[in-house]
Amino acid sequence: MMRNTVLTLAAALLVVAGCSSEAGSGGGAAVPGVTDTEIVVGTHMPLTGPASAGYSQIAPATKAYFDFVNAAGGINGRKITLKVKDDGYNPANTQQVVRELVLQDKVFAILNGLGTPTHTGVLDFLNSQRVPDLFVASGSRSWDQPGKYPGTFGFNPDYTVEGKILGAYVQQNLAGKKTCFLGQDDDFGRDSLAGVTAVLGDAGVAVKQTYTTSVTNVGPQVDAFKSNACEVVILATVPGFTALTVGTAARQAFTPQWIVSNVGGDYDTLAKSLGDAAPLLEGLLGANYLPAASAASDPWIQLFQKINTQYNAGAPFDGNTVYGMSVGYLFVQVLQAAGRDLTRESLIDAVEKGGYTGPGLGPLRFSADDHSGYGGLRMTKVTGTVQAYFGPTYETDSEGGPVNEYPAAPAAPPANGIPPAA
Amino acid sequence: MKRYLWTLLGAALLLALTYVIPPFQNYQLATVAAYLCATAGLTVLTGQNGQLSLGHGALMATGAYTVALMQNAIGNLPLSLLAGVVVTTAAGAVIGLAAARLRGPYLAGVTLAVAVVVPGITTMFDDVLGGDQGLTFYLAPPPFGYDFPFERWQAWIALAAALLTVLLLGNLAAGRYGREFRAVRDDEIAARLCGIHLARTQILAFVVSAAAAGLGGGVLAVLAQSVSPGAFSLTLSLFLVMAIVVGGLGSLAGAVWGAILLVALPDLTTRVTEVFALPTGLAQRLEGNLPLAIFGITLIVVMILAPGGLQGLFLRIVKRGR
Repeated sequence: MMRNTVLTLAAALLVVAGCSSEAGSGGGAAVPGVTDTEIVVGTHMPLTGPASAGYSQIAPATKAYFDFVNAAGGINGRKITLKVKDDGYNPANTQQVVRELVLQDKVFAILNGLGTPTHTGVLDFLNSQRVPDLFVASGSRSWDQPGKYPGTFGFNPDYTVEGKILGAYVQQNLAGKKTCFLGQDDDFGRDSLAGVTAVLGDAGVAVKQTYTTSVTNVGPQVDAFKSNACEVVILATVPGFTALTVGTAARQAFTPQWIVSNVGGDYDTLAKSLGDAAPLLEGLLGANYLPAASAASDPWIQLFQKINTQYNAGAPFDGNTVYGMSVGYLFVQVLQAAGRDLTRESLIDAVEKGGYTGPGLGPLRFSADDHSGYGGLRMTKVTGTVQAYFGPTYETDSEGGPVNEYPAAPAAPPANGIPPAA
Repeated sequence: MKRYLWTLLGAALLLALTYVIPPFQNYQLATVAAYLCATAGLTVLTGQNGQLSLGHGALMATGAYTVALMQNAIGNLPLSLLAGVVVTTAAGAVIGLAAARLRGPYLAGVTLAVAVVVPGITTMFDDVLGGDQGLTFYLAPPPFGYDFPFERWQAWIALAAALLTVLLLGNLAAGRYGREFRAVRDDEIAARLCGIHLARTQILAFVVSAAAAGLGGGVLAVLAQSVSPGAFSLTLSLFLVMAIVVGGLGSLAGAVWGAILLVALPDLTTRVTEVFALPTGLAQRLEGNLPLAIFGITLIVVMILAPGGLQGLFLRIVKRGR
């Protein structure tokens, strides 16, 4: 028995060793993932599973922006390649695919890895490998720990900043209405609730509910809102669960004022999920910090639409597309700033130098002691089938600071659509 | 005695291998070893004792969460892994007690319930177990200086666990208990006539198998330095059963093939989708689902062409070669 096992093992080992020879040949370069002609970066996204609705379009959009830049000659003669791995929004898969990207594919950096629960699990690994971990697609506050994770930077406004801005809106415009909260059962939901209660007070949120992505039923939570006669419900939910909640509530004839976090409030994504029930989204409030996909006169949207047609096979153009291309634009900006002599250190230094402007409405706050990303949002409302901005842009911090108006207008895109060299 | 020598030889082979292959392959090797603990345990239960369990993924989760909690509380890895095995053994004893009274589809039903319920528990007690996000924990760096590759260290931990498991289970199968296991599997009435205590034998098989699964889960947690319910879904439980069937039901060598398949198949399928330039929409839809489909197809093909599993096929080829 044991002899057979060892013989089998030996045979299997030969197979493993045979497979690995090809992978070992990738080394040699001084900087992983960077040659004179190429920069290879990787990302992990839910292309399948409960969180894939909408999110699966982000990486193709980023890729399309890179293709656009590559077609114009790339950055310092280097073309950008983005390797996308599906993790199904399952932290265990994220562990596997991120190791594959870093150890096997030898990527230069991880760009825009998506998800709070998924990305949390690879922070330590990326830090120990000294891989730049740029512009994580989540607003968890954990990305902003320069002391502990010097290579990790956020992109989204953090969920507490957003929660405070949504809370301030409720305080000013929906005062006296019974306000309730549904959040994902992880840092996303918790940080968001912390922001909302920072403004409204703990007693200002009458009913607090959570959901997990592995249970696709929010009936009990909606019941709790309905039986407590909630008039305003703030949702810190991913798109699939925003749609699920709104749909479940409608079946129970419960129609409060919904206010949705930017990560789960893109109209086109929700309308697609809801299908015939899309009119339920009428009046939906939310917040965002990138130009609205429907704003046809916005120069950024015109640029992104052009790229979408040319390099993304004319994929549906929605908030996810805008998001993915905005990430691509910021990454190219950072590459330009890092210069010709590209190393992991020069890249991190370039991000920390800060001062970046782009499609975003609020300020981008990168510095040596702030890795948090966008710091402001503007309220949106769905009228007809159009999700449009209204009112001023607000900014705040994730601590006890006030919610202020942010008067600066977003910068115009460069004429050729590619950020100039610094 | 011979068995120990072969184990030593296997250990030496593997040790040498961890120095030859690059880090990611070491990580994959470690993952294979972690799965091997579980598939070897399941082989004893299903292949040798004839009890079907659809809940071994949940038993792995039990071991994994115990290791995570122990690491955060005390931080002693051998102690944490031991605790993982002890807790899972206890859980296995409870399920085994029920299992000994049930047959076929009823047993499958109970273990299926375990597979469904355990991930739910993690969200029920989310303040302790972290909900969907799970738990992360600290793992001390290898005690051989800064330059020692972390993945090789992980491979050593996992391989040590796997070799120990296979050696102990091999001993068990070759001895009196192994004979009793197989006697019960082949004919319960005949076994009872020979004076074998049916329930006791079945519970023992379940407990042993659970302990191995707990160790495997614990090692898997060590590899990821985190645990989350998503890693131990119902799909994993089903994959484990499929793996031992495809590998070759009943032999520990088959469990090795099964564990390798669990790691290699998803990897292979993504490479296949990369080679064939599929339209993006189709590729996106296939990715993630394709491993499942390919696993199913492999199962069917192996059952038709090689009813003895990959190990049966392997032995046939070796014999023909002689």
